Amino acid sequence: MAMFIDQLFNGLSVGSILLLIAIGLAITFGLMGVINMAHGELMMVGAYTTYVIQQWFTSHMPHSAGLYFVAAIPLSFLAAALLGWGLEKSLIRHLYRRPLDSLLATWGISLILQQTARLIFGAPNVAVVPPSWLDGGIRLFGTVFPYKRLFILCLVLAIVFFLYMYLMKTRAGRRIQAVTMNRSMAACLGIATQKVDAYSFAIGSGLAGVAGCALTLLGPIGPTIGTYYIVDAFMVVILGGVGKLAGTLLGAFGIGLISTFVEYSTSATIAKVIVFVLIIAFLQWKPSGLLSVRTRSLD
Amino acid sequence: MKPAFMWKLWLLLCVSVFALGGCAASSAVDQAKNENQNDSSSAGKEGDVVKVGILHSLSGTMAISEVSLRDAELMAIEEINASGGLLSKKIEPVVEDGASDWPTFAEKAKKLLQKDQVAAIFGGWTSASRKAMLPVVEQNNGLLWYPVQYEGMESSPNIFYTGATTNQQIVPAVSWLLKNRGKTFFLLGSDYVFPRTANKIIKAQLKAEGGQVVGEEYTPLGHTDYSTIISKIKQVKPAVVFNTLNGDSNVAFFKQLKDAGITPKDVTVMSVSIAEEEIRGIGPDVLAGHLAVWNYFQTTDTPENKAFVQKYKEKYGQDRVTDDPIEAAYTAVHLWAEAVKKAGSFDVDQVKKAAAGLEYKAPEGTVKIDGETQHLWKTVRIGEIQADGQFKELWNSGQPVKPDPYLKSYPWAKGLSE
Repeated sequence: MAMFIDQLFNGLSVGSILLLIAIGLAITFGLMGVINMAHGELMMVGAYTTYVIQQWFTSHMPHSAGLYFVAAIPLSFLAAALLGWGLEKSLIRHLYRRPLDSLLATWGISLILQQTARLIFGAPNVAVVPPSWLDGGIRLFGTVFPYKRLFILCLVLAIVFFLYMYLMKTRAGRRIQAVTMNRSMAACLGIATQKVDAYSFAIGSGLAGVAGCALTLLGPIGPTIGTYYIVDAFMVVILGGVGKLAGTLLGAFGIGLISTFVEYSTSATIAKVIVFVLIIAFLQWKPSGLLSVRTRSLD
Repeated sequence: MKPAFMWKLWLLLCVSVFALGGCAASSAVDQAKNENQNDSSSAGKEGDVVKVGILHSLSGTMAISEVSLRDAELMAIEEINASGGLLSKKIEPVVEDGASDWPTFAEKAKKLLQKDQVAAIFGGWTSASRKAMLPVVEQNNGLLWYPVQYEGMESSPNIFYTGATTNQQIVPAVSWLLKNRGKTFFLLGSDYVFPRTANKIIKAQLKAEGGQVVGEEYTPLGHTDYSTIISKIKQVKPAVVFNTLNGDSNVAFFKQLKDAGITPKDVTVMSVSIAEEEIRGIGPDVLAGHLAVWNYFQTTDTPENKAFVQKYKEKYGQDRVTDDPIEAAYTAVHLWAEAVKKAGSFDVDQVKKAAAGLEYKAPEGTVKIDGETQHLWKTVRIGEIQADGQFKELWNSGQPVKPDPYLKSYPWAKGLSE
């Protein structure tokens, strides 16, 4: 029983990480249709921002160094969002409706960003020491729930909540929805679609930055961190159904739970293969993913 | 008009970034070259150089480990050049990036041997990279100095192995663990040749010496989620986790192990690929109390090591550390130089003949080249990781151990080498 709860929690926790890395992509790829291969490197920007802030706190405010993480979350959002905004303004806006070109161009960007990180921080990993208030965990049902994983779970649920509220309840969010559903109609109604594009892309990039910040708690921080997660992120968005946030949510937790339980009864390598086969089979059956957008626009 | 301008701006940016990247990567080489040119011009002779290849992953998942080996090799070359060179020639390093990609290693090794005509190659880390280079050096009768501990079961007439083979690292570690920590072992490794072969050996040894395997897991290189494997470890409660993970998967594994509330008191993790350099990138606080087995630690107490550590830090910065593969890479260059001096020639066959039985006072202590297998006699050391990122030595073999890559002297290992 403890084992089952343990695995259930692991599955939810893996799912929350998948959701965290995919949610930014759900906006840039799902809503905007840009195949952004540099999404992983935007995560890397967030992770390195966290590292820099940690360094700053330990040298300037050694008494409250543990608080760096609180500052790191919004700042890594800002850093990645600014970079994403710049990318949209200078490159990506010329590539809308040219998916293959955008794929190639953003892949180039990802290589440039990786090399830039290597030049600034060096090729080896850097050590981000998680804040001490996230050490340890709660003992419950004969197993330990690490605070870090609980924190990530809460963080991603908060992000989903705010994103939902933003898209559904605010004017700016509704504009994004309008542009996604029917760009020319939205433009006719006086929405500045170019501005909306830039803001949406910046938000998606910023969320990648937050993901990078959270990943410093769990894994290695190096120039190639993005490549570990990019395939999973696309997998979640495509399985969930392009253009649907709720689908991304379902996809992430579905893959998280299934892969954890498959891995428990087999091994990590085999689990990866089985999960991929299941996803491919599922997409053969339902090519548009778990949830798909119904739209009246003529694409 | 405006888009066209933006494109040009981008193009300019891209070109400048790549140019910068290129500069940084080759700056070390340029520096070495410039020094060579200065020195040779002062000697009044032009072109009196001998080229050697340095081939490591300077990018990709293995860069965390391999960049520092390049640094150590360049330092050794500089030392030899400063003391008058080799057979009155200056050594000129040709640095190549294997990019953590095994076919690239084979290609670059071929390029170094055929185009640059290097006298020796120092390079590689993963066994996959070595296996990729092996046929190339054999076909071209080149010389490869491979500086990292590996899974054994190999000896090539064209490779010198300056890292440990299994009987100088894994086998004594397993015996020590059985005596001091317990009988139940959980084997965890990256999914490629080294961990699989190492675990085959460990399983045979445990069977012969009364231990028990309670779990065996492999994860792809670069894997970052260990929650399920940690659940399995929690469930079977082994005395020892024998860790053969390579590269930055280790960061994820140890961070998540600590989070799951498993301390070194609950289970000892014995690692064979984590040294001082890796501890820097993982964070000493998550590793403190766990063990590693090597032939050299930065804290190893020999006069040669004091000088070596001091020089390395002066050259690359006080925050840098030395470790076993760094020391083995540094020693490899000096051993090659000694062999060349003894042979009086750069010719591969003569260097090989001269190298047999050669002794050298390395930072780790005295090492000797075994003529039959071209491996080194090395002292084995087990250390506990401290909170400052250094090792406290718990045990050593007392004297250099004869290399036995095929484990011929162990009856339980019969049939493993096939």
